[in-house]
Amino acid sequence: MNRALNGQRFSWQRLRAMMFKEFIQMRRDRLTFAMMVGIPMMQLILFGFAINSDPRNLPTAVFDRDHGPFGRALVAHMVASGYFRVVEEIQEDAQIEAGLALGRVQFVVSIPEGFSREVARGRRPELLIEADATDPAATSNALGTVSVLAWHALDRELRGPLAGLRSGPPPFELKMHRRYNQEGITQYNVVPGLMGVVLTMTMVIMTALAVTRERERGTMESLLVTPLRPIEVMLGKIFPYVVVGYIQMTLILVAARVIFGVPVVGNIGVLMVASVVFIMANLAVGFTFSTLARNQLQAMQMGFFYFLPNILLSGFMFPFRGMPEWAQRVGELLPLTHFLRIVRGVMLKGNGPEEILGEVGALGVFMLVVSVVALKRYRQTLD
Amino acid sequence: MSAAIEVQGLTKRFQGRTVVDHLSLTVPQGRILGFLGPNGSGKTTTIRMLCGLLTPDEGEGRCLGLDIRTQSHAIKRQIGYMTQRFSLYEDLSIRENLDFSARVHGLPERKARVEAAIERLGLTARRHQLAGELSGGWKQRLALAACLLHQPRLLLLDEPTAGVDPKARREFWEQIHAMAAEGLTVLVTTHYMDEAERCHAIAYIAQGKLLATGSVEEVIRGAGLTTFSVAPAHGGAETGLLARRLRGVPGIELVAPFGALLHVGGGDREALLAALEPFRREADFLWREDAPTLEDVFIQWMPAQSPGESRP
Ligand SMILES: Nc1ncnc2c1ncn2[C@@H]1O[C@H](COP(=O)(O)OP(=O)(O)OP(=O)(O)O)[C@@H](O)[C@H]1O
Ligand SMILES: [Mg+2]
Repeated sequence: MNRALNGQRFSWQRLRAMMFKEFIQMRRDRLTFAMMVGIPMMQLILFGFAINSDPRNLPTAVFDRDHGPFGRALVAHMVASGYFRVVEEIQEDAQIEAGLALGRVQFVVSIPEGFSREVARGRRPELLIEADATDPAATSNALGTVSVLAWHALDRELRGPLAGLRSGPPPFELKMHRRYNQEGITQYNVVPGLMGVVLTMTMVIMTALAVTRERERGTMESLLVTPLRPIEVMLGKIFPYVVVGYIQMTLILVAARVIFGVPVVGNIGVLMVASVVFIMANLAVGFTFSTLARNQLQAMQMGFFYFLPNILLSGFMFPFRGMPEWAQRVGELLPLTHFLRIVRGVMLKGNGPEEILGEVGALGVFMLVVSVVALKRYRQTLD
Repeated sequence: MSAAIEVQGLTKRFQGRTVVDHLSLTVPQGRILGFLGPNGSGKTTTIRMLCGLLTPDEGEGRCLGLDIRTQSHAIKRQIGYMTQRFSLYEDLSIRENLDFSARVHGLPERKARVEAAIERLGLTARRHQLAGELSGGWKQRLALAACLLHQPRLLLLDEPTAGVDPKARREFWEQIHAMAAEGLTVLVTTHYMDEAERCHAIAYIAQGKLLATGSVEEVIRGAGLTTFSVAPAHGGAETGLLARRLRGVPGIELVAPFGALLHVGGGDREALLAALEPFRREADFLWREDAPTLEDVFIQWMPAQSPGESRP
């Protein structure tokens, strides 16, 4: 008997059979399919609006040690800009820390003693604004406004002999202190990042369930006596979800553009091509889980367990460069980290193929390693 | 004639518990072997080892001339395995299930074959119905059709007629015999005695050990059982009461009601006769020695093992 007859070799036909079956089953499972489309939309809307790229009326505390006209005028201008809302007048240093730490206020404006006097003398006193930059998106616009304000806020007050101070540098020195988070993320960081998060979550969980479901329903026994080879089963289960992944990406890209007005600087085609590696990497992870899990619940739990470090250490939740060394090391091992760099790079910075090649390569290595593990783990027997 | 199944010393343990114990079996090509035994005796496990779904802990053998340890992929292409539990896709339609089978086996003229199979099943009108919506008996018939689609040379059927109505069962056996006549080898498990008697040969397994093989007559003869059938002599005599008195008496190994009659038997003829002596003197019943049936033999074998161990 020759090898082909023996069925030792990979067969496109069997792979097609497997894919075809998976597509039908996917279509039949309405709820899951609805979730695959619903999850990205829900996350997008929740995250997207929660990060509201231009938040206003942020709670602010004022510590006025001067009680002079210039300080009051400055605060009035800040309020007028719409970004600040004075909720507290504080009297001592300890309250600064408390207000920020508890998240009661987003900003503390400290006007030093003798501020008005120093301004009048042209000595350019220091004005300190401390910001809770845990979520930098919330503070960056407000802080930006202050710098502009600084030039004009005191114009009206600088009259008569002081009119000379109007020209030249601002009459005081603005010092901004971002607390808790040094790296300011740009306002459009989150929506592109969400694309990676949604893909990670749905792709891993969907495939993790795909094989366990066969085992749980007893269909594995029939599947294993067919001539299908492990690689055919794996690819057959994975490919239909690549299509789903692309549908999700398209949805998010359109929403990013239409709902959130996120600019797309780079080439979408480049992004789409690079994404296939990321999608396959996640699918391979899911397939590996499904060879480990004994039932669908376990597969689900593994999916979430994998999801957590990805979301926390990839630079989605916290700025990657702001994380401790060890966390960055772990982060480098996660596919989402590299994908986020690709998406943000292409969409926001206009990166081209050369710039993202390294990241795509990292994803490729990850995908290959996990696929080998998956195939090694996939049992062709029931023992 | 070469043997389609030829295994020696097949052994399988689960967590240290021996479930199949040095089982050797030979099934010549074109034969129908009935594989019988109580629940949990290891029938399904044996079949799974034959088709490469489980790796034997000991023993070796060949199916269709191919090594069950190293050539299971080639074996899979030439066997049809019908699982005990329904294992087609409930969320695919009848046609889609058959179509999937045909595709993975790379069958030529796939569409025509699938349609023909559906027609043979008599399900043409319902071919777009989901398999999960079929009744139990129809699921069995569909599963059988699916594993016959690629014209296997060896059929392994695990309780194929469980829940199937008498007419369909008769058709099933006619079909099996017709295919066997053309050279197909069949190993079929069943709990029905009438089906066992339709097989060319039977193999009886208990607690993983093969207790008997051969034709029905050979197995009955080999059991060396002596049986009596007991009928009430008058309207007032209750065989039920008699049965209760007979159970547990040393020498009496079989007490089984059979309609209004009672079957009583034992392996040791002398001991049985001695044990029955006092009962036969009672005038309420008529005793007649008769030939033991296959069922008598099996029932006599069953209590020999402790029931706790034979169950999962
Ligand atoms: N995967 C497994 N892990 C542990 N024990 C198992 C496994 N599969 C079967 N067994 C045990 O092996 C024994 C034999 O099971 P098997 O299914 O072969 O019996 P069977 O003869 O087919 O029974 P039935 O007539 O009820 O179908 C049972 O006691 C069962 O509990
Ligand atoms: Mg069984």
